[in-house]
Amino acid sequence: MIGFLASVGATTLALLAGLGRLMIFAASSLAAIVRPPFYGREVALALLNVGYLTLPVVGLTAVFTGAALALQIYAGGARFNAEAVVPQIVAIGMVRELGPVLVGLMIAARVTSSVAAEVATMKVTEQIDALVTLSTDPLRYLVAPRVLAGLVSGPVLVAVADALGIFGGFLVGTQALDFNPTTYLRNTVDFLTLPDVTSSLVKGVAFGGIATLMGCYFGLNAGRGAQGVGAATKSSVVAAAVLILAANFALTAVFFTA
Amino acid sequence: MIDLRGVHKSFGPNQVLRGVDLHVPKGQSMVIIGGSGTGKSVLLKCVLGLVTPDAGTITVDGTDVTRSDRDAFLARFGMLFQGAALFDSLPVWQNVAFRLLRGSLKRPKGQARAIAIDKLQRVGLGPEVADRFPAELSGGMQKRVGLARAIATDPEIIFFDEPTTGLDPIMAGVINDLIREIVVDMGATTMTITHDMTSVRSIADQVAMLHGGQIRWVGAKDAVFDSADPYVTQFVNGLADGPIETLR
Repeated sequence: MIGFLASVGATTLALLAGLGRLMIFAASSLAAIVRPPFYGREVALALLNVGYLTLPVVGLTAVFTGAALALQIYAGGARFNAEAVVPQIVAIGMVRELGPVLVGLMIAARVTSSVAAEVATMKVTEQIDALVTLSTDPLRYLVAPRVLAGLVSGPVLVAVADALGIFGGFLVGTQALDFNPTTYLRNTVDFLTLPDVTSSLVKGVAFGGIATLMGCYFGLNAGRGAQGVGAATKSSVVAAAVLILAANFALTAVFFTA
Repeated sequence: MIDLRGVHKSFGPNQVLRGVDLHVPKGQSMVIIGGSGTGKSVLLKCVLGLVTPDAGTITVDGTDVTRSDRDAFLARFGMLFQGAALFDSLPVWQNVAFRLLRGSLKRPKGQARAIAIDKLQRVGLGPEVADRFPAELSGGMQKRVGLARAIATDPEIIFFDEPTTGLDPIMAGVINDLIREIVVDMGATTMTITHDMTSVRSIADQVAMLHGGQIRWVGAKDAVFDSADPYVTQFVNGLADGPIETLR
């Protein structure tokens, strides 16, 4: 019994210690964004990687999701003669939930993994140590630009995903379900409110930040060798995905349960 | 110049350094020998502040390394890492001029590039290498670029971590000669980690042997080859039998 309690205690302590380290890392990283020196080239490269190069995958995912959502709502709505709500539900579904969450998960899959693998490889090949000996703080040179890129790109990607998701629904609605294009668009625009859009963009900021932070954190704490790089990459994606979904719930609760 | 007193370092239950005492005089080339996993790299990293010792003091010119201004302190050092540790995303010249492109030693880009090309030539690499990326270079060339980066700002103190590991004997000889040449020309204080006795002959003024987490033996280069210490004799002559345990 005592052994069991001891193991529960040890696990809890390790979990809390890990959480504490993560919190300190997140706070230090955010502080590093606003404190000089600033590395413009690194920020530009990170914006290119996190934002611009993620656009195609986000766009395709959003279009297909919006299109599928329109079909589902139409089929489901037909059961109680509510087919006409397709534009409104696609809009609210994409903007409030699916747009931000899909973007978050896509960033976790594409960006978190690549950041973790890159930083972890730098760690195991002593490039991080080399940075320090060259009087360069890895937190400012490696982490801050990537996290900043995540915070900036997240809402932009979410906005794109929201728009393309609605467009996917619009295409299906007007081409396959006989909706009038003008009516479809008017219903979409009239139904969306400012808090819908604001919550979507705020989620984008949070998810972009979480995804890049996790990549950097697990990369910098990678173990030795190829196994260490693999483990860091896997853990970073899992942690980012879980935290994004948890943050999504928390933010939804904050915005929509008043 | 560099003084280590009672330096201890453990990683979990593994006690790597168990009270290291070592003095490296100014302008001298100290080579540290010892078996794999005896903590030689950890020792260098403790001096640089990359690893924090559990106990003991490390001073450079009498100043505790933990209390000095980090930027000013690190600006005095150059380091060649075992695998060169070049930044994959940067071309060779930007690797060499890394310190000259940012921070307190920042220069105009053209000047930094000129210095980088000059340092590359110093280690036997032509200007055509400057715009290549590290992945396009052979292991020997990467070591040379790492060496050029280590001397880019003419540091007072240079550390070399296994400078010839993984190189063929001819390239190892070239790197050894380059290191010796640079040390003599620049008058730098150096610490080199190696288990290559050819490197010891080429590079060292003084030799220290690390074993069991402590400095087992220290003395002049010539004395190491005639040492009566059985540990040193076994290591220097590469003998399987002796007091140092070997796994077979």
